[in-house]
Amino acid sequence: MKKSLFISTLAAAGMVAGFASAGTLQDIQAAGVLKCGVGTGTAGFAAPDASGYWEGIDVAVCRAVAAAVLNDKDAVEFVPLTSKVRFSSLNSGEVDMLSRTTTWTFSRDVDLALTFVGINYYDGQGFMVPKDLGVSSALELDGATVCIQTGTTTELNIADYFRVNGMTYEPVPIDTAAEAQAQYLAGACDVYTTDSSALASSRSTFENPDAHVMLPEIISKEPLGPLVRHGDDQWADVVRWTMNALIAAEELGITSANLESLAAGSNNPEINRFMGTEGTLGEMLGLEATWAAQAISAGGNYGEIFEATIGESTPIGLARGLNAQWTQGGLMYSPPFR
Amino acid sequence: MADLSFVRTDMLPDQPAPLGETGVLRWLRTNLFSSIPNTIITIAAIYAVYFTLSHFLPWAIQPSWTKTSMRDCFDSVEVTGACWGVVTERFNQLMFGFYPPDQQWRIMLTVVLMLAAIAPVLFDKIPRKALVFSAIYPFLAFWLIWGDSVWAPAMVMAGFVIAYYIIKFLNPVAGAIVGITTAVLVAVIWWLYAVVPVSIFINNIIPIELDIVKSREIGGFALSIIIGVSGIALSFPLGVILALGRQSDMFIVKVLCVGFIEFIRGVPLIALLFVASTLLSFFLPKGTSFDLLLRVVILVTLFAAAYLAEVIRGGLAALPTGQYEAADALGLDYWKSMQLIIMPQALKISIPGIVSNFIGLFKDTTLVSIIGLLDPVGLTLAIRGDVDWAGILWELYLFIALMFWIFTFSMSRYSMYLERKLKTSH
Amino acid sequence: MAMADQNARQGFRLSMLIYDTRYRSLTIQVVVLMGFMAGGVWLISNMLANLEALGKDLGFGFLKVQAGFEIQPQLIEYSSQSSNLRAMMVGLLNTLMVAVIGCFFATIIGVMIGVARLSKNWIISLLMSVYVEMFRNVPVLLWIVFSLAILSETLPKPNDFRGADATATMYLSESIAFTNRGFYIPLPVFGAGSMVVVITFILALVGVFFFGRWSKTRQEQTGDILPNFWIKLAILVVPALIIFFIMGRPIGLDYPALKGFNFQGGLKIGTPFLAILFALVAYTAAFIAEAVRSGIQAIDKGQSEAAFALGLRPNRTMSLIILPQALRVIIPPLISQYLNLAKNSSLAVAVGYIEIMGTIGGSVLNQTGREMECILLVMVAYLSISLSVSMIMNLYNNSVKLKER
Repeated sequence: MKKSLFISTLAAAGMVAGFASAGTLQDIQAAGVLKCGVGTGTAGFAAPDASGYWEGIDVAVCRAVAAAVLNDKDAVEFVPLTSKVRFSSLNSGEVDMLSRTTTWTFSRDVDLALTFVGINYYDGQGFMVPKDLGVSSALELDGATVCIQTGTTTELNIADYFRVNGMTYEPVPIDTAAEAQAQYLAGACDVYTTDSSALASSRSTFENPDAHVMLPEIISKEPLGPLVRHGDDQWADVVRWTMNALIAAEELGITSANLESLAAGSNNPEINRFMGTEGTLGEMLGLEATWAAQAISAGGNYGEIFEATIGESTPIGLARGLNAQWTQGGLMYSPPFR
Repeated sequence: MADLSFVRTDMLPDQPAPLGETGVLRWLRTNLFSSIPNTIITIAAIYAVYFTLSHFLPWAIQPSWTKTSMRDCFDSVEVTGACWGVVTERFNQLMFGFYPPDQQWRIMLTVVLMLAAIAPVLFDKIPRKALVFSAIYPFLAFWLIWGDSVWAPAMVMAGFVIAYYIIKFLNPVAGAIVGITTAVLVAVIWWLYAVVPVSIFINNIIPIELDIVKSREIGGFALSIIIGVSGIALSFPLGVILALGRQSDMFIVKVLCVGFIEFIRGVPLIALLFVASTLLSFFLPKGTSFDLLLRVVILVTLFAAAYLAEVIRGGLAALPTGQYEAADALGLDYWKSMQLIIMPQALKISIPGIVSNFIGLFKDTTLVSIIGLLDPVGLTLAIRGDVDWAGILWELYLFIALMFWIFTFSMSRYSMYLERKLKTSH
Repeated sequence: MAMADQNARQGFRLSMLIYDTRYRSLTIQVVVLMGFMAGGVWLISNMLANLEALGKDLGFGFLKVQAGFEIQPQLIEYSSQSSNLRAMMVGLLNTLMVAVIGCFFATIIGVMIGVARLSKNWIISLLMSVYVEMFRNVPVLLWIVFSLAILSETLPKPNDFRGADATATMYLSESIAFTNRGFYIPLPVFGAGSMVVVITFILALVGVFFFGRWSKTRQEQTGDILPNFWIKLAILVVPALIIFFIMGRPIGLDYPALKGFNFQGGLKIGTPFLAILFALVAYTAAFIAEAVRSGIQAIDKGQSEAAFALGLRPNRTMSLIILPQALRVIIPPLISQYLNLAKNSSLAVAVGYIEIMGTIGGSVLNQTGREMECILLVMVAYLSISLSVSMIMNLYNNSVKLKER
């Protein structure tokens, strides 16, 4: 009989738990499940389907880490977190990692005692306006009413942008993206601003997407990526290099299709090191030799994940843009596996 | 001589009442058009109803129940308003969250059994033996919802039984203080050290197990009901103690109880839920972590207890002083007089308050969506995260509002029925 | 007595702490206090240890840091360069604003509905029952989002007022506009000499007060009832109007007009504020209506019969006999409804009205990550609001309470 939830609860309540944790990685391996904080529902990034199966590009990162650590892409407990509670949940140990469209900023990294381990989507804040407003540049928005999603860096960026350009605006800060979108469609604001990926995906769900245009200005850098707590470098390394493995796999041409054949060995030493047939990279991380291959098997390499979740073949239809490999003119660049 | 008589010997047949004084017309006249202002109000009210419905119904009545996505609704010619397909597709999710579909009978059984367990508490006519089932029910419900071996909750319950028998046999011999202390000590030791090995042991011999369901998988209205019901049930003992403490002569006890009640009643529930979701673990030893649902239930229990204490205090205050004095005159000590004389009467007076508290608590469970639990309102976010349903808003909210209305309205009607049933005075 | 003397003579034994009623309550109190303090110390030491392990400290220095976000509406001056503390104060004032205005309207509407529910007009009492049951049985969070939806979907956009083929019009000779971004009304502009008008008005207020007292004494002495309402209105309005014209109309109005994206000028009451206000008022009014109804029904029928026997008309019976007595029953639940309204305003962030939960408990918390301090401040703020409201209302309650002698 597995130690049941109730008994462990009782034990915790009786304060007999007190397991001095050796480290996050060991705890996860002991528990057999990775607790991963995700968004409460952002199309293409993290959302459960009708049967409760979580999907999205943020979710794929969690699954890849679970596959690398536990060799089971479904050994993940997805913890939906609102933007209000995400950092405290990570800090209090509620979740082991956070993969929740979170912008990497200086103060979050340094002051909030968080460690950002990579970037899975390069985003930037943009504006969307109805076409019949006749606006073609964000600089014409002086005095406009702007729908903003609160609790994000968005509201800081827009305050800065309007101040720099000597313009004023009336903020309509809304808690959730869907309600902000509803307000925008009802005409309660002239402009809707948030990360341009989110703008594109919400525009794709409008009844009449062509009646709305995205303005050319991108007013901020929004590198979104997974993060962990300060103070556990081994665990940070595991998540960081799983993220890198996904990116490197695309560069090296390792896909879920050719994974099996490459696992047998190839004549490219970097691929061999990557797949664990040469070298001791897995051991250094405290994982199995085939950890990277396991991570790829969860949902393919970064490119495959991108295409399956938010790429041009999906309703969200985002182009790779900045998120292409560095060899393709993008910013996705993994340090070498050596 | 002609028989002249001016006195009528036979009765006139009954005349029908004037047209304006019978049937529909009379009803209309007295109830709707009794005076000119009344007539104006009536017409205005009818127009207001017509106006609202004429705008709402064309939007709401749509042949969209079988649509599978927003795009489907947009593209369809006959659908010009609400897109109800989302309710059809996600109905199960809104009810049970991600609870495994083949296990959902367990939730329904739990709810049905709950009604059976409450009945003996409320109605005297049901045999007193049935109270045993009410006592077992919480453990049974726990097992049904979360699964795993039946022996774990059974052994926890055994701790209470052991404590009860120790008190029963030791009290007459060694006195109340020794008896209760021993009982509590034995029970705690039993829970901490014996429950796990004993239940594993018994389970190996007689395995009775259900599939384990994690708290994360529970959602939708099932989650609201679980939080609401366990909150109100667990808060009951605490609420009674707080109410008594607030009435107490002991200064420190009184101050602590008043402080607690006023603190909880003074802060909004979302602040407390926020404490449950993120801050509570800061106040516990490092490494302690337990289920978010359990933490929420704990905070909701504290919240409900403070409100319940006020309701019960009202009941206590409504009792005439004579009842207290009579109990004292009989030579009953404090606990006996409370248990036998005061509380039964005070609780009876408080039933409407308790029920409306419960309804309030049940509605307030929607706030757990703010800390990321997937109650019906939280699920709307998750459903909108699906590209098929991105942007859907009012259909879901309306459906949830309707479901809440059905639940709470029937509860309030039931409480009114109870009130009449329990009324002993004339 | 004999027993007590005996005990005293026997001297003090430890067991008396438990078995002697003179000491028992003291023992219990000491044990409870020690338990409470030990629990408190344990929790706080855990917290300090945990924060240290995370490398975080506890402090309120973050309140001086620049907030960086905009808030609307703002009752005191604020911009994105202001400090977090300033943002918190703006939020607190917004909470108070919606709570005070909300309580005011909820009381008026609640009393009206509660009385109307007892109306003999069948359709009115039915509609009011439907209203009460509808609002009481659905979570307030849903009403708040519905309220915003109704405002933003049914009212016209500012753009609809534009051009020759405008689909929406302003009311009261182009002075009021209802849009889905807010209601625009004329804003009084105080010019030179306007102080005289204001002072006249204040003097008139004092006059109304003294007239009320005089009229009451007169009524008690002679039994005559003056048309008090009209006289008071006249005292209030006429002198102020006369002075206003004598001074050459020093108070002007700033009318809203469509400029650029929005209406400019005038006073804007934003949709988020209206949405949260409507929702809270409608929701709380349903509860107040129930309290009023049960309060009125709690008054013995004999009271109104006696009033009729004295020859009082139904209106006067209600205002002089029934309501004053019902008030004693109504006030305690009314207090808790006021408190609930204030606490429910913490959900305003769902419709974009930024109050204390949206500033210090929302954006500031998010930007600084100081969850412990921020939630503490939120709790302190709400606690002080709740405690002061219940204190004031309890004072009032004591003054109208049935004096038992």
